Amino acid sequence: MAVITFREALNQALMEEMERDDQVFLMGEEVGQYHGAYKVSQGLMDKFGEHRVIDSPITENSFVGLGIGAANVGMRPVIEVMTFNFAILSLDQMVNNAAKLRYMSGGQFSCPMVLRGPNGAGGSLAAQHSQALEQQYVHIPGLKVIMPSTPGDAKGLLKAAIRDPDPVVFMESEKLYNYKDEVPEDEDYVLPIGKAHVKHAGTDVTIVTYGRMWTHAVKPALERLEGEEGISVEVIDPRTLRPLDLDAILKSVAKTHRMVLVEESWPQASVGAWICEQVYAKGFDLLDAPIERLSHLDVPMPYARNLEDEIIPSPEDVVEAVKKVCYKR
Amino acid sequence: MSSTKESAKRSSRTAELPLPEEKLKEMHRQMLMIRRFEEKVGQQYQLKSFSGFCHLYIGQEAVLIGVTHAQEIGKDYVFTTYRNHGHALVFGIPPKEIMAELFMKADGSSKGKGGSMHFYDGKQHYMGGNGIVGGHIPLATGAAFASKYRKEGAVAICYMGDAAVNQGTFHESLNMAGLWKLPAVYIAENNIYGMGTAVSRACAEPELYKRTEGAYRIPGIRVNGMDALEVYEASKKALERARSGGGPVFLEMVCYRYRGHSMSDPATTYRTKDEVSEWQMKDPIERLRGQFPDLFPEDYVKNLDKEIKAEVEDAIQFAKDAPFPEQSEIWTHVYADYPGYPGPEVNPNKYAFDYAKFK
Repeated sequence: MAVITFREALNQALMEEMERDDQVFLMGEEVGQYHGAYKVSQGLMDKFGEHRVIDSPITENSFVGLGIGAANVGMRPVIEVMTFNFAILSLDQMVNNAAKLRYMSGGQFSCPMVLRGPNGAGGSLAAQHSQALEQQYVHIPGLKVIMPSTPGDAKGLLKAAIRDPDPVVFMESEKLYNYKDEVPEDEDYVLPIGKAHVKHAGTDVTIVTYGRMWTHAVKPALERLEGEEGISVEVIDPRTLRPLDLDAILKSVAKTHRMVLVEESWPQASVGAWICEQVYAKGFDLLDAPIERLSHLDVPMPYARNLEDEIIPSPEDVVEAVKKVCYKR
Repeated sequence: MSSTKESAKRSSRTAELPLPEEKLKEMHRQMLMIRRFEEKVGQQYQLKSFSGFCHLYIGQEAVLIGVTHAQEIGKDYVFTTYRNHGHALVFGIPPKEIMAELFMKADGSSKGKGGSMHFYDGKQHYMGGNGIVGGHIPLATGAAFASKYRKEGAVAICYMGDAAVNQGTFHESLNMAGLWKLPAVYIAENNIYGMGTAVSRACAEPELYKRTEGAYRIPGIRVNGMDALEVYEASKKALERARSGGGPVFLEMVCYRYRGHSMSDPATTYRTKDEVSEWQMKDPIERLRGQFPDLFPEDYVKNLDKEIKAEVEDAIQFAKDAPFPEQSEIWTHVYADYPGYPGPEVNPNKYAFDYAKFK
């Protein structure tokens, strides 16, 4: 086991996949000479050259579309958006082209590309730069959406995403890039897409969480919950949001009968709302209490740090939510 | 009609033909095929054999035929708009499969799942029929990128309408193509109108060919889109330049669509019948015949027309007889790899929970 940062894990995944397959290239703003706005592509241009690591102009709609077009003719592009706030400009390409070409052509073409970058809050970046937008992609049939929460998940799933024949939206987090954790040192560490992971085993309540919220809100709450409050917590991290491993969640709820969901995005019609609906629809009789869902407060993100901290789910919020579904005061 | 023939007449003697006789005859046959096919498609639409959107290519045939004869079919990547029935025919999709697709049948080229705007042929590198105005321009740019990356020697040919030249994707794509000298030829079929809005009412600079040199260092050339040979000659030069690393080219093909924007557009509110008649005097098929009268004697044309019309009738009958797609086709081709993607027996809201699974 190596202990590396989330950033290093992504960097390793990119290095390994680009070495393995010469059809893989990386394109995005500042990915080359600048080594990436968040240094995820550190050293890649030095190793693979300008031919395979391409600094693009600021033109999200069209460089994402360029990646999709290259994928349609058999290449395996990794297109980096500096943040998913900017990827909104390229939604037409992802929704109308990447997601649909295979279907509209009756199976003649595929789109093996990866759209990746940070999603969600970065800390004091204010309204236009702090949005968690996974819901835009999870909604669309034809896309796959992955949101890793640890360096190990990031490495194994990015490698899988690059090898996947379908368009994959791979959503990271600026706040996770420095987070260090263990990553297996296998020569070729690849994780399956569409399989959830039990981050922490328990028996009294199921917490479903993904992305940054695992380390930001849920993990720090565990000590207090399992110690002071005496509640045994099981944490299920879907890792892939589409296709969702609902069975893993239901299996846990069948054991615990109580569920809390913690997500970073806004509450209305979010991915978490869909997951909760599915658990209610298919596991109604398994539940002993209504599901507690923690999301961002339903406002644009303000600049002031104290307000931002209040808006994003915190470990204290998680403790209260768990106590609530356990009917504890 | 005679003025066209007189002024455009070229020598019909074999030694002086600009292209081999078979090629000229093939160009004529293909244009006539598109014409007759589209006329029948329009008729079938009015007879309610199918519905939805239907954009006819009548009048613009010379653009497609001129470019296609200049390109390397099966190697070069071709992207176009929703006005793509002609492209489907020219890139080898059998007429009966095209008709069946329009009629929403399982034997259609996209298995009934694409429709009028979404024809494709992977083998011929015909990358489709796209519904979003300008949405395919980055895709074509990506194919050009791939061709350069892999040293394929292929050119990406990107057709679009006059109105698409105002889309952000046009400017973003041409900027990258010009910057990286991608092997791409961008072709605007300027039929004067973007749906019902004339170019002069939509473009600050309505002379489209002028818009690329200054901004992207991409040469812009205006071509008479009603003359298949002029289109051929201009395309040949453009493709050569793009293919040899000289960078992309933008061609503005001035042409005209005789019918409305789509079958829902009678085209009476924004243009006059006189204007349509004026352009019909420049008909591309008549023009080619007039340029080489010895190659296209009356009885040859009459017989060919009869053959083509019969083929189109066969296609209609085939489409009428073909079955609609199976219900199971709803769930196929959503992904290339997603074993267990919900099939017809598992609808998310009707999924019965199997408690036994989790004991």
